[in-house]
Amino acid sequence: MSAAFSADDYINQIMRAAEAQTATSPKTEFNRRGFLKVVGLAGGGLVLAFHVGGQNLAFAQDGIKRTADEKKEFAPNAFLRVSPDGSILIYSKGPEIGQGIKTAFPLIIAEELDADWKQVKVEQAPINPAVYGRQSAGGSRSIPTSWDQLRLAGASARAMLIAAAAQEWRVPVEQIRAENSVVIHTGSGRQLTYGALANKAALQPIPDEKSLRLKDRKEYKLLGSRISGVDNRAIVTGQPLFGIDQTLPGLRYAVFEKCPAVGGKVKSANLAEIKKLPGIVDAFVLEGTGKVAEVMPGVAIIATSTWAAFQAKRALKIVWDESEASKDNWHEWIKQAEALAKQTGPETIFSAGDFTKATADAKVVEAFYRYPFVSHTPLEPQNCTAWFRDGRIELWAPTQNPEAGLAAVASTLGLPQEKITIHQTRVGGGFGRRLINDFMCEAAAIAQKVNAPIKLTWTREDDQLHDFYRVGGFHSFKGGIDKSGKLIAWADHFITFTADGQQPTSGGDLRPDEFPAQVLPHVSLTQTKLPLKTPTGPWRAPRSCSIAFAVQSFIHECAVAAGRDHLEFLLSIMGEPRWLKEGDPYALNTARAISVIKLAAEKAGWGKPLPKGRGLGLAFHFSHAGHFAQVAEVSVDTNKKLRVHKVTVAGDIGPIINLSGAENQVEGCVIDGYSTALGLELDIVNGRIQQTNFDTYPILRIPHTPEVAVHFIQSDFPPTGVGEPALPPVAPAIANAIYNATGYRVRTLPLVREGFTV
Amino acid sequence: MQLTINGQQHTVPDSEGSTPLLWVLRDHLGLVGAKYGCGVAQCGACTVHVNGSPVRSCVTPASAVVGQQVTTIEGLAASVGKTDGRLHALQEAWIEHDVAQCGYCQAGQIMSAAALLKNNPKPTDADIDNALAGNLCRCGTYIRIRKAIHAAAARLNERAAS
Ligand code: FES
Ligand code: FES
Repeated sequence: MSAAFSADDYINQIMRAAEAQTATSPKTEFNRRGFLKVVGLAGGGLVLAFHVGGQNLAFAQDGIKRTADEKKEFAPNAFLRVSPDGSILIYSKGPEIGQGIKTAFPLIIAEELDADWKQVKVEQAPINPAVYGRQSAGGSRSIPTSWDQLRLAGASARAMLIAAAAQEWRVPVEQIRAENSVVIHTGSGRQLTYGALANKAALQPIPDEKSLRLKDRKEYKLLGSRISGVDNRAIVTGQPLFGIDQTLPGLRYAVFEKCPAVGGKVKSANLAEIKKLPGIVDAFVLEGTGKVAEVMPGVAIIATSTWAAFQAKRALKIVWDESEASKDNWHEWIKQAEALAKQTGPETIFSAGDFTKATADAKVVEAFYRYPFVSHTPLEPQNCTAWFRDGRIELWAPTQNPEAGLAAVASTLGLPQEKITIHQTRVGGGFGRRLINDFMCEAAAIAQKVNAPIKLTWTREDDQLHDFYRVGGFHSFKGGIDKSGKLIAWADHFITFTADGQQPTSGGDLRPDEFPAQVLPHVSLTQTKLPLKTPTGPWRAPRSCSIAFAVQSFIHECAVAAGRDHLEFLLSIMGEPRWLKEGDPYALNTARAISVIKLAAEKAGWGKPLPKGRGLGLAFHFSHAGHFAQVAEVSVDTNKKLRVHKVTVAGDIGPIINLSGAENQVEGCVIDGYSTALGLELDIVNGRIQQTNFDTYPILRIPHTPEVAVHFIQSDFPPTGVGEPALPPVAPAIANAIYNATGYRVRTLPLVREGFTV
Repeated sequence: MQLTINGQQHTVPDSEGSTPLLWVLRDHLGLVGAKYGCGVAQCGACTVHVNGSPVRSCVTPASAVVGQQVTTIEGLAASVGKTDGRLHALQEAWIEHDVAQCGYCQAGQIMSAAALLKNNPKPTDADIDNALAGNLCRCGTYIRIRKAIHAAAARLNERAAS
């Protein structure tokens, strides 16, 4: 089995890099990685003094060009500067993909800086991981990995401003407090603005990180409130924020046609004909690097406008060599999986106790679940602008992962990273798709062959055909219920896929600690891996986004079989309140689970009388360090017409940074989760994805949007991300509600496959 | 070919007559507020007004709007007399309600909503659903879109009354 077209190695590397920063105990988890990098007054404008653990260690460039005036500013570190006029510029280091980080990151800095938020302007930081640390958005890890770093950036600047005032007034720093960009001498009431202190502050010694006092939650003025996104005005007035909006003098427009079955190579193409079409500058074959995360073979067309390029793309006639291309077939896989359902898998993922013995005189429930492949389908199709000149390349990229993009472009072009400059643009939707930077590599490879800057734009069809899909899967469950109605045994034969014949493909791994394996005495998790060539990758809440549907639905089936109330049954599975791995935020904490389950049930009116055809459904899932429970209220008529009225969400992700942003993410997760569960499925025929635009891939529209009620338990654990963990419980909550409304058990997604309509 | 966009005359080569208005706006005129999402009138990201009515610019040939008044998101505020950086009530409401996530669909959403409010100053949820059913939001901001439209409608009605 060839793994030639799999991006698994590449993705695993990216994911490991992200997890390495957060995988262990909260002490190292949330520690001050490679921080604090603070500037003395930058004489040359570009030189920053690195400050790590209280010592000046090194010098580096932050890549920000400064005018002579700007050099007079107080720029204590690469994250912010204060101008003499009082304006504060904060650099947001991470990609903004719709998760609100461009607002959340600066808010954290501004809170510790005691800045007047109205005077804060936010700009995207340059890509320079040596200065900024992690510059990637994935795994809901932006907040946990940057929390301390950003707080210290703000607090150190505040300390320097206060020190400057102390010097000015000849009073001890203890007598000075800061508030809304002003420092105040407590005794005399004297005040100085941050702007007035900017010059002096820049001359202060760099504070020792250990001397900095970070605020207590009670002291927060900004964090936890509702703050409107920093780009909102630019968004609603149509400013050129996104990758696709970038332009350069003399820009050429590029498209790139690849084989619709991954792995096909160009045998021949009607290039001469294409070159004669109006507005076409050039057309050529790119052999590519053969790596699906970089550049696969195809035909590039360069034109004087996007439309000319799109038109020429339609006129392309390419003969593909498909000898090594994917022949994958979704419906074949379904048949194979159904045939395997009765067996246990040949490989053991996890086992505990003795499933066979334990179920000898238990009631055994069995069920087979399936969910499909889906695409990310961000509304902004993949695109990238690139300019290759004088042996250097500059890219303007809507990427979730510029850090990895740098390496991928370097590998594609065989260019050292110093010769690559990446500008981060706003990103029109990520969902995991843009962790992989194939579109950047393609733009780079094309730009290298064109004597002008180029903008590569994928059509919607390209975007659907060349994704790293959320992998489909199958679960054959057995649950054992003892005489007292207790769930004592759990078996899951997981049927998944492998690209390399060894490891499960990206997003298709069932982990040994998948709930409820860790909390039950007798467990058998086994797997079968079917070979595939279709590239897969992380999709919003990888693994969890699909597995939770099967697991949380089957738990409900077990509750029904046990004759017990689902809420009470689920709580009893959680057992005693405990943290399964003390100190590890990525380990289930049943106390937090119990709290969110109870809260969701209470807020949704669990147990309230409902008319016939109407039901409440409950589900819980823990992922990405977030504990989330949801209750869906649905009604279903006799024609299987479904209405999801309301989804009540209770979540615990620690303290909330920006309440508006967090609620928006949860609403988005619910709508995305419902949209996907309701109608989205990719059919793969002979290696080709069949759903190439929104007419056949029906993303949920506004008329079917449920009401969403969001309740956060703001516990004192360190804050964690919210872009993903609110999604997994949606599908099972709806499926369980459908059962409670109708007695019909949904075991296949999407719901339209089960005959439901809206 | 002469096009009137946001009250201004633009000359576009006749050879672009069959080019969709979307690409003339974006590539030729540098107005990138209208977005490409699907190219086949399925997502609404490219919505602009032609004589006040919402159209999908990705399937509207440029030649079809010669002699018509085209308004894009960039000119929406001015089209209701808001100049000097003042915004349309919908744009204000969008900011106050922090509607956007990635923001890519929002220009199209606002243009559809603006056309709705012009004809229907007090829309119900069902009216909003009807008018905006053609505008996809992949990030799922529909709940806030509804709220923002109601808020903008209320503000406009207040202003009209006073
Ligand atoms: S781009 Fe015009 S409707 Fe989608
Ligand atoms: S905000 Fe992202 S598509 Fe609507």
